[in-house]
Formats: sequence, structure tokens, C-alpha cells
Amino acid sequence: MCGLIGLHLKNPALEPRLGELLSQMLEAMTTRGPDSAGIAVYADHPAARAGQEQDLRYSLRSEEPIDWDLLAKRIGAEAGGDVRVEPLGTDSAVFGSNAGEASFLAAVRRIAPQVSVPAFGRSMLVVKDVGAPAAICARYGIPAWRGYQGIGHTRMATESAVTTAHSHPFAPAADLALVHNGSFSNYATIRGQLARKGIRCDTDNDSEVAARLIAARMAEGADLEEGLRTVLKEMDGFFTLLVTTRTQFAVVRDSFACKPAVIAETGDYVAMASEYHALAGLPGITGARVFEPMPEEIHVWTR
Amino acid sequence: MDPVILSCADLSTREINAALATLPDGTPARVLEPRGRHNLAVGLSNKVRVDIEGNAGYFIGGLGQGPDVVVNGFVGWSVGENLLAGSVRVKGNASECAGASSHGGTIVIEGDASSRAGISLKGGTILVAGNVGHMSGFMAQAGVMLIGGDADDALGDSLYEAVIYVGGKIASLGSDARIEELTEADVRAVKALAELGGFDHVEPENVTRVASARGLYNFDALKDQKY
Repeated sequence: MCGLIGLHLKNPALEPRLGELLSQMLEAMTTRGPDSAGIAVYADHPAARAGQEQDLRYSLRSEEPIDWDLLAKRIGAEAGGDVRVEPLGTDSAVFGSNAGEASFLAAVRRIAPQVSVPAFGRSMLVVKDVGAPAAICARYGIPAWRGYQGIGHTRMATESAVTTAHSHPFAPAADLALVHNGSFSNYATIRGQLARKGIRCDTDNDSEVAARLIAARMAEGADLEEGLRTVLKEMDGFFTLLVTTRTQFAVVRDSFACKPAVIAETGDYVAMASEYHALAGLPGITGARVFEPMPEEIHVWTR
Repeated sequence: MDPVILSCADLSTREINAALATLPDGTPARVLEPRGRHNLAVGLSNKVRVDIEGNAGYFIGGLGQGPDVVVNGFVGWSVGENLLAGSVRVKGNASECAGASSHGGTIVIEGDASSRAGISLKGGTILVAGNVGHMSGFMAQAGVMLIGGDADDALGDSLYEAVIYVGGKIASLGSDARIEELTEADVRAVKALAELGGFDHVEPENVTRVASARGLYNFDALKDQKY
């Protein structure tokens, strides 16, 4: 069992409250997933200086104490670009950089193999950790985060180990994040097919394979909906998936629809959760259109 | 009699259910601010009327043997699960597995019910004014379902002795389910069920009767010699 939550804002007036609303939704899903949790938050980041508009922001995490400023200098030198540091909690940081994505990630791997990069993108940050969802939100100060869209996951592990790396969201491409409730049965086969195309998974987690498959399709030019259709076609198992890009928010369930999902839509937002009580505290929820996505229906909202 | 008021804002689910269980027969009670709370009014055996004033979560009114539970909102999965006697009425929609394994009593959904409504029904009565999702009536063993609207795919898959009446369209029948001729006894039964549910849109003589073809009743070890 796992818990999913997500919020896609239509009304910019709610953006200052995004982190607060996501945190309360995530905490409500603790009963479905008490062992670990994670969240992806999308916000517009106006460039501090001209020329930084296309910079990527990398979510970094270190299992050991680390001098983030020193690491940033070394990565900048190695990858050939500017690297700016924003500390995040005690074990994480956000690096903004104009170095190319591949050279940045290669530089991190070479210089600091103990540092993981759970996500990167122009708009998206990801934090994830082992422990209770409320404690994780508090540790990273999520309630104060602003933004236009976010998804989260509370995990009760079934298919692989309880570690930060095995926690959701999985974010294998820029601004792409996936959270999953369920279990895939043929993920080793799909992982092998991806490996033959040169696509490597960081963990042995089944959900990561689905995220990589969608990312691979999108890298070939598919849109998010086509990527999700590929999951329906290629992947066997039980799933409710909530997947986001910089502009889109999408939900899909397998043909049996035996993992729950409920969606609430108002003029101000689209919200999704595994169970309604995670939505019950949202503003204006009593006036929302509340429905369940049908099996194999792909629902996509675009900013 | 003034109803007993219990609020989910102040009380845990166990406190609410314990308070409901001690009420003398005939006492009305109102549960306020459910906000999707699971397991409300579960396991009650007294004859009380419980109004849940808002949207509720999973297993509402489950295992009841006597009370009449009314939800003025929608419910999550498995409303009235394992109901033995009494009733659960949902004024809105119900999520998956409505009335799962219910042995007796009546579950009324005034809106739509999602997938697998009446799964493994064991003798209860399930009345849905609107539509039901796929695989409804799956492995239902005894009891009856009346669906005022449409049924999605695989209705009545692996049915045993339960009977399903459908007022609207059936997307597809499940394995071993078949449409049978409607008898006068069926029309009388449907009329009574529609009255019980308070459905005035169901025309008893125009429903479709779905029951078991009984082809899967016995496991044939020699079938196709595949085993």
C-alpha cells in the first residue's frame, strides 16, 4: 500500500499556500505509507540575472556531511559552468547551473559519489527521505514552499528496500516526476529492454522502471499522454500513477483499477489523492467536482 | 427525541463507534464533519439511526447487525462491507466494492457505485439508483442487486446464486453470467426493490435479469486435459 497526493493550481492566488496544502495532504496519507515519503514541487523561478533563464536546478542530497560550496566550485570547474548553491535542510542543497545536464551529472558522480541527485529541472525540486511524512515535511520546511504544482508519495514498501533512493517521486528527466501506488510484475523485463537502449536505473525499484520508460518515450518525442499509454501497453501490474511535467499533471490507473484514486476539481485547482480524506482540508472542497478516474483512462491537465 | 451529536473534529473513530454502540435502540445520532473518515458506524448491533453528515471514507456501516446508517454525502471503498442486517443508505456516490460480502440487510446508493459493487455478495440486498463500474457482482453467491442505471464491463463474472437486475445498458457480461427471461415473479421482486430503494425511475417490467449459467459451478479436472 502507498499513498499518493497531488495538486495542480489554476488560480495563482493559491501559489503561496502550495507547500502548506501539500504537507497536510501528505500527512493525511501517513496511514497508507508510514515508512518513507517524498514530494516534488514546481515553481516559477525568475532568473536572478539575465542569461540564467535556461539554467537547470538540481536537487542534491548527501548521506554524509559535505561542504556544499566547495562541491559547487569543483563541479563548476569540472563541468564548465556557473554553479549557485541554495542549502536545503542539513543533508540537501539545490544547485543552479548553466553547465549541460550530462556534464553536470557526470561531474557529481565523479567528484562526490556519495551525493545523489534525486531530480533536476527548470521548475521542479524533489525531496524524499525515510521516516514519517510529517517529519520529512517539517525538516525541509515544505509548508513554506510556494509553487504552482506538486505531487507527493507516502510509501509502504513491497517490492524493494526502504531507503531514500527507493522512495518516490522518481524523477529521471528534467521536470518529470512520477509517484506510484501498486506493483509492477514485469518490470525486470522492461528494465532489461531499457538497458539495451542504454538507459540505466539507479535502483531495483519497480516504479523507477515506469518512470524511466515514460522518460525514454518522451525523449523520443512522445508527449506525456503517449508516455502513459506506453505504460498501459507495456507494463503489467497494478498501478495508480500520478505523473507531472513542467506544464502537465496526469493520472492513470490499470485495467483493474484496484488501487484507489480520487480527483477533485474546482475553478482554482485539480487535486488528486489515494483517499478522499487527504483532500478534505482543501479550500472550497465542498464545492468541488469529485470523481474517480476509470480504468485505463488517462486524465491530463495542462497549465 | 433529540439526536446524539458526535463530531469527528473532536473524537477518534473508536470513540465515535464506542459511543454509538452504547445507545439504546431507537436513539437517533448524528456524526458531524466526517471529512473522509474511515470505519464510521462499524460493527453496531443496536437498532439506532445514524446520520453521517458529509463525505465519508472506507467501510462505512460495515458489519452492522441492526442500525440504519444514512450518509449525507459520498463514501469511499466497501460501504456496508459484511453487513448482516439493517441498512446503509448513501445519498451520493459510492466508491469501489459497495456492499462487499454483505450477508443481509440493505445497501442503497442513491448515486453511482464504482467497480466491483456487490463483490462476493452473500445474501444482502444492494440497490444502486445510478450506474455501477466494471466487475460488479463478481462471484456473488446469494442475494440480489438492482442497478437503476448502466453496468460497466464484466457484470456478474463467476456468479453463483445471486441475481442482478439492470435497468439500463450492460457494457458486457462476465464469464458464466447470462441474461435470463424476466418472469412475473421477477417483476414483482423488482417493484418491491425499487420501492425499498425509493427509486421511481426503474420500470420493473423493463429490467434485464442476469444470473449464473452455472457452467463454472464444478471444477472439471479433466477439462481440456490441461491440468
